[in-house]
Amino acid sequence: MEYVLQAQDLTMRYHNTLALDNLTLRLPKGRIIGLLGPNGSGKTTFIKLAAGLLTPASGTLTICDEKVGTATKAVVSYLPDRPYFNKQMRIREQLDFFQDFYADFDRERAEEMLRALNIDPNMKFRTLSKGNQEKVQLVLVMSRRAKLYLLDEPIGGVDPAARDYILNTIISNYDPDATVLISTHLIADVERVLDEFIFLYQGRLIRGGNADEVREETGKSLDELFREVFKCLPSC
Amino acid sequence: MNWKFSGDRPVYQQIMAAIRGAVLKGELKPGQKVPSVRDLAAAAQVNPNTMQRALTELEREGLLVGGGTSGRTVTTNEEILRAMKDRILDELARECAEKFMVFGITPTQAAELLLRLDGVKED
Repeated sequence: MEYVLQAQDLTMRYHNTLALDNLTLRLPKGRIIGLLGPNGSGKTTFIKLAAGLLTPASGTLTICDEKVGTATKAVVSYLPDRPYFNKQMRIREQLDFFQDFYADFDRERAEEMLRALNIDPNMKFRTLSKGNQEKVQLVLVMSRRAKLYLLDEPIGGVDPAARDYILNTIISNYDPDATVLISTHLIADVERVLDEFIFLYQGRLIRGGNADEVREETGKSLDELFREVFKCLPSC
Repeated sequence: MNWKFSGDRPVYQQIMAAIRGAVLKGELKPGQKVPSVRDLAAAAQVNPNTMQRALTELEREGLLVGGGTSGRTVTTNEEILRAMKDRILDELARECAEKFMVFGITPTQAAELLLRLDGVKED
């Protein structure tokens, strides 16, 4: 099997807090993977390391066999957990920005999705509702033809209809060569789109695998399994 | 098609059941072309890999044929269609019998109860 990302003994500390603890994992190509865990389990830290925004204390992290750095940023499309676009910018300007910045940006696709959402590219970011801001960011991030998509809480702050739209966008942009990593604690909502899952707790991988195999083995949904696994662990 | 999933069974098996049901109900007719994996995945809001797996398994069962670039169609093989129908109805009967069994009612008694419904019009 080919892997798009490989992490070996990855450790990350914020002062005295251990955020990732000797984490070793691999993400195969062409999968939609859920990065699941309670608050403070290290999900965002892991994503930021993969996006090249943080440097690990120790361990190695490679994407497409390259150490995370400038080269890997060209193949990684990252959606942060909070809005990061300049609110004064018009959507059109943001499209220009992406086009300049990323060689793999498919502008036509982005414009098509915006049309489907009835969002006028001449609008300024700050005039959009929170849900629409999140949708536009996702549209831009998913319009890149990247090898790895890192989506940090893409469905956190939006209504159920918008959630469906976002999940649909992820499914319909599916590319057998690319992997999508979605971090969330809203497991029930993403459950059916996931091929695989990773349970993270206190910076460690405590369970992972194929979603359907686990359902077959345990007769439980990922949501139920999550509640069970994390119930018996202290302080969460 | 009815795309409601419960979490406790593999999604691909639930998709297979939904497609078998659609054929049985005549929503998908023998020889009819099945939509693409991508379209079906989008309609059911499931992962395309999962949809792919369900369709491949149905192909193995013989219910779907093709699978090349021209897409899949529902089989026109009567024998396979009949076997599938028998199997689904048999499963339904078993499920039903088990539910009666909980109340200590034997299949024979259950059949009598079901016969009473004969001729009763649905609302």
